[in-house]
Amino acid sequence: MTCSERTRKVVSKVAGIAVLLAGILLAAKLSAGASAGPSQIPSIFKPDSTPADSIFNLSLLVLGVTGFIFAVVFSLLAYCVAKYRRRSGDEDREPPQVYGSNRVELAWTVIPILIVLVLFLATARVIHSIQDAPKPPGTIEVVAIGHQFWWEFRYPALGVVTANELHVPVSDPSHPSPTFITLLSADTDHSFWVPRLAGKTDLIPNRVNHTWIDPHETGLYLGQCAQYCGTQHAKMLLRVYVDSHEQFDRWVQEERKPAVVNGAAEDGRRIFETTACMNCHAVLGTVANGRFGPDLTHLMNRATIASGAAPNNPEELRMWIQNPDLIKPGSLMPAMKLSGPDLSALTTYLETLR
Amino acid sequence: MSSAVFSRSLVKPQWVLPSRGRVGMISLIAAESAIFTIFVVAYIFYIGKSLADPMPKDVLEAPIFNTICLLSSSLTIHLAVRALRNAKVGAFGLWWFLTMMLGAVFLAGTGREWQRLIVENGLTISTNLFGTTYYSLVGLHAFHVTVGLIALATVTIFTALGKVKPEHSERVEVFSLYWHFVDVVWVIVFTVVYVIGR
Amino acid sequence: MSSERLALSVVDHGPRSIGERLNDWVVTVDHKKLGILYILYALLFLIIGGIEATIMRIQLVVPHNHFVSPEVFNRMFTMHGTTMIFFVAMPILFGFGTYLVPLMIGARDMAFPRLNALSFWLTAFGGLLLYYSFIGGSGLYGAGNAPDVGWFAYAPLTSRAFSPGHSTDFWTLGLLVSGIGSIGTAVNFIATILCMRCPGMTLGKMPLLAWLNLVMAGMVILAVSPLTAAQIMLSIDRYLGGHFFDTQAGGSAALWMHFFWIFGHPEVYVLIIPAFAFASEIIPVFSRKPIFGYPVMVAATACIGFVSFSVWAHHMFTIGMSSYANSFFTITTMAVGVPTGIKIFNWIGTMWGGKIQFRAPMLFSIGFLFQFLIAGLTGIMLAACPFDWQLGNSYFVVAHFHYVIVGGILFTIFGAFYYWLPKMSGRMYSETLAKWHFWLFFIGFHLTFDFMHIPGILGMPRRIYTYEPGRGWDIWNLIVTIGVFFQIAGVLVFVANLLWSFLRGEASGNDPWDAWTLEWSTSAPPPEYNFATIPVVRSRRPLWDIKHPEDPDWKYE
Repeated sequence: MTCSERTRKVVSKVAGIAVLLAGILLAAKLSAGASAGPSQIPSIFKPDSTPADSIFNLSLLVLGVTGFIFAVVFSLLAYCVAKYRRRSGDEDREPPQVYGSNRVELAWTVIPILIVLVLFLATARVIHSIQDAPKPPGTIEVVAIGHQFWWEFRYPALGVVTANELHVPVSDPSHPSPTFITLLSADTDHSFWVPRLAGKTDLIPNRVNHTWIDPHETGLYLGQCAQYCGTQHAKMLLRVYVDSHEQFDRWVQEERKPAVVNGAAEDGRRIFETTACMNCHAVLGTVANGRFGPDLTHLMNRATIASGAAPNNPEELRMWIQNPDLIKPGSLMPAMKLSGPDLSALTTYLETLR
Repeated sequence: MSSAVFSRSLVKPQWVLPSRGRVGMISLIAAESAIFTIFVVAYIFYIGKSLADPMPKDVLEAPIFNTICLLSSSLTIHLAVRALRNAKVGAFGLWWFLTMMLGAVFLAGTGREWQRLIVENGLTISTNLFGTTYYSLVGLHAFHVTVGLIALATVTIFTALGKVKPEHSERVEVFSLYWHFVDVVWVIVFTVVYVIGR
Repeated sequence: MSSERLALSVVDHGPRSIGERLNDWVVTVDHKKLGILYILYALLFLIIGGIEATIMRIQLVVPHNHFVSPEVFNRMFTMHGTTMIFFVAMPILFGFGTYLVPLMIGARDMAFPRLNALSFWLTAFGGLLLYYSFIGGSGLYGAGNAPDVGWFAYAPLTSRAFSPGHSTDFWTLGLLVSGIGSIGTAVNFIATILCMRCPGMTLGKMPLLAWLNLVMAGMVILAVSPLTAAQIMLSIDRYLGGHFFDTQAGGSAALWMHFFWIFGHPEVYVLIIPAFAFASEIIPVFSRKPIFGYPVMVAATACIGFVSFSVWAHHMFTIGMSSYANSFFTITTMAVGVPTGIKIFNWIGTMWGGKIQFRAPMLFSIGFLFQFLIAGLTGIMLAACPFDWQLGNSYFVVAHFHYVIVGGILFTIFGAFYYWLPKMSGRMYSETLAKWHFWLFFIGFHLTFDFMHIPGILGMPRRIYTYEPGRGWDIWNLIVTIGVFFQIAGVLVFVANLLWSFLRGEASGNDPWDAWTLEWSTSAPPPEYNFATIPVVRSRRPLWDIKHPEDPDWKYE
C-alpha cells in the first residue's frame, strides 16, 4: 500500500465533498440572491406564500442538522482513512483487536435519538400549522378537478369555470385573502404542485383533498402535475396568476360573462356546434356544454393552450385542432380532420371567445 | 484442510438444532398469514362501502355446519399424527382419511353456498365491493383448503399402498401445521365475514 | 453430522461434453451453482436496465428532446425501475447469500436444495415474462407492449379503463411469479440459518452476513406477501370485474398505495441489509480488526427490520392523510435512521485503530460508507413531512433513492464481487482494472446523482419525458446525463475485469485476503460438498483462532 493510494483516497473524499459543496453553493446562489419577486424558476427555496414559507423555514433547520451530522461523520471517516492506513513495513503485526465499547455505543445511540426528537417536534408543528389552518373571512374557494391531461378550475361562490390557468388574489398578511383549493380527480391520480406557493397535494379519484395558498406578491407562478397520470403527464402544466384585488375582481367579472357573440364568426360557431367539439367542450351561453374537455368560454384570456403545452396564438391553435399529436402526442384531444376552410372558420370563432 | 476441528469435549455435548421441516413450514405459514391479512384488511375497509345491492345482511347465512366440519378436522388430524408417532399405522390411516373427508365436506358446502349466492341472490365478484371482497377472501381460503386436500389425498394413497411408516411421523406433523393454519384462518374469516361484517 | 473423517478417493469421470456441462447447470441443486446463476442472471439485467436508464437520460439531456416518444419513455422508466429492483438487486443479493451462507455456517448446502433451484427458476421466469411484454401480443391502441404504469403501478391508472391491452398484466404476473420465488428463497434462508449451523456456532457466533440474511429473509416473508396479495387483487379487478381499486364503484386508489408501500418500504431494506452484510464482512478484514460491536450490529439490524414495517406511508405524505397520520409516519421514519446511523458508526469504529488496506473491496466499501451517509441524510430530509410535500415525487427523491441503491447497494455489490470472486473462481482479478472501475464509476456516480438533487429543488417532478426550458433545469440535466457515460465506462471495465480474471487471472489460493470466516478454509473454488469434515467452531472468527492460537477470539468474546 503506497502513499499515493492514501493520497488518492483522501483526495477522493475531498473531491466528493467539493463536488457536493459546489452543487449546494450553486443551488443556493440560484435560490437566494434575487428579490422575492416571481421568476420563472419554480424553486422551493424562493417561497412566496405562507405554506411554502413554513416549509422553507423548517428546511433550514433540517438542512442545518443534517449538514452538521454530515460534517461530523465525514470528518471521522476521512480521519480514519488517512490515519489508520496500513503503512509499508508494518505488515506483520495485527492491530489491537477491539471488540466494541458499550459506553461509545450508548453515546451514539442517545444523541441521535435526541436529534430525532427535536426534528420531529419542529416538523409536527409545521404539519399542523399548514394542514389545520383556519379559513379567514376573505378566503377564495376554488375546486380543482384533475383530468388526463388538463386542470379544471371552478369558483363555486363566484360562478366561474375555467381551465389550466388559475387566477388568485394577492394576500396581504394584515388582511389575508388566501385561496383554499379543494382537489378532486375525474380519472387517475394527479398532483398539484406550484413550488413557490405550497407543497404538493395529490388529486385522487373518489377522494377529497385540500390545499391552500396565500401569495404575497403579484405575478405568474409556474408548476405542473407531480403524480404520473399517463402518457402526457409531462405536459400537464400549471400557471397561477396572482393578481391585485382590482385585477382579480375584473378577471372574475369577465369570466362570469357568457361567450361573446360575434356575427363575423357565425360559420365557425356553427361548425363548433355541429361537429364533435361540443361533446367535450362548453361555451357558456351557447348549446355547447360538454365537460370532458376544458371550458372554452374565455379561451382567448389564456396565455397557453393544451395545459401549457403551446402558446395561445392562431398557428398553434390551428395545429392543435388539426393534429394535436404534433403538440401533445397521447393527449385525449382527437384530431378533428376538418377541411381547410372549416378549420379557418372554426379558429376565427375560437379567437372571438374572450 | 479442515483443521477447524477441535476436540469435541470443548463443545456442548449435544448440538441440536430445530428441524428444517418445521422451521420451513412455519416460515411459509407466516408468509401466507401476511397475504391473508391484506385480504382481511381490504374486506374490513370496504364494509358498508358498496354502492350497489345486495348487502351482506341480505344474503349471508353463517355456515355453521361447514365450520364444525373444518374445525373437527383439526382434531382428527392431530389424532392421526399422534397415532403414527405411536406406530399405529392403521389408526393413522383412519383418522387421516376422516380429516380429508371433513375437508371435502367443507369445500362442497362452500361450493353450495356460492351457488346459492350467485344464482338466487345475484351476487358475483363483480356485483359490488362486498361481492369482490367476499369471493376473494373466502375463495383464497378455499384455495388453500384445496391445496391441503390434494396433499391429504396424496398421503392417503401412499397409506393405502402401505408406504407410510412411523418414521414419517415428523413429516405428517409438519403438514398438519399447515392444516391447523388453514383452520385458524377460517376462524378469522368466519368472524370477519359472518359476524362483524353482517 | 459428525466429525469423522470421510475416505475420499479420486474418481475420474472422463472429459465431459459441453452439453453435459450445461446440463449440470440447468439441473443443479448445488447452492454454489445456483448462487452463480442468480448473479449472472442479475448481471445480464443490470446491462438491460442500464440501457433503459441511458435512453431516458439521453431523452432528458435537453428540453423538448425527440430522442424517444413519450410512450417509449414511460415504458422505459417503468421497466428500468421494475428490472433493477426485482431482476437485478434481489437476484444478485439472493445469489451471494445462497452461495455464501452455507459455506459461512459450515453446512454442505441449503436446507432445501430443490426449493432453492425452484426459487431461482421462478425468479428467472418472472423476468422473462416481464420482458416478453415488449413483443407479446397487441392489445388496444397497440398497447400490448411493455408496461408503462411506473414500477409502483398506482391505481386506477392500472385499471382496464386506463391501461387497455396486456402490458400491465405482464408486470403483475411477472412479479407475482418471481415473488413466489423470493418467498421460497426466504424460507430456505431461514431454515438453513436456524437449522444447519455447524457444531459450536450458536446464533451469537455466526458471521454477520448470516445474521443479516436471516433478518432480510424474515422481512421478505412479511413484505413480499402484501405485494402478492395486492397483485392478485389487481388481477381480479382487471380480469374478473372486481372493484378493489375501482374508484367508480367506491373502491379506493389509496388502498393500493397502502398495500404497495407496505411491501415497498420494507423491500428497500431487504435490499440494503445484504449490502450491509457485505460491508460488515469486508471492512473488518481490510482493517485487520473484528467488527466493532457485533451484538449492537445484530440488535440494530433487527431493530431496522421491525421499525421499517411502520414507515410505509412516508411514500404517501402528499395524498392528504390527516396531520396525525403524517406526524406518526414522520417520527417512525426518522426513528429508523437511529439504528442505521449506529451501524455507520460501528463500521467507522471497526476501521478506527486498524491497518486499512485499500484493495478494491475496501475502496468500494469506503465509497459505500460515504455515499450511504449522504443518502441517509437526504432520507431524513424527506422524512420531515412538509419538506416532503415539496421534495416528494421530484428529482430530489429520484436522486435520494439512487444514492442508496447505486451509491450504497451497488458499491457494496462491486466490493463483494472483488472480495469473493477469488473464492468462487479460484482466480484473482486485476487490481489495476478494479481501480479504474472504481474511479470511473465514482466520478460518474457523483456527476449524475449529486447534481440530480438540484432539479428537484427547482421544481422538476419525476416521470416526465420532457421539460420546459427556462425553468433553470437545463444545465443540471445535461451534467446528470454526462455522468451516465462515466458509469457505463466503469461497468465496462468491470466486465472486462471479470473476463480477464477468468482467462488470465493468477491462482488466488484458498485465502487471498487472510480472512477469518469459514468459507476461506475451503479450496477455491470449493468442492461440491463444501467441507470434507463438518467444522466445529468456538468463536465468531474460527480461522483467526487457528491462525492465532496464542490469542484466540473465544477468550474475549
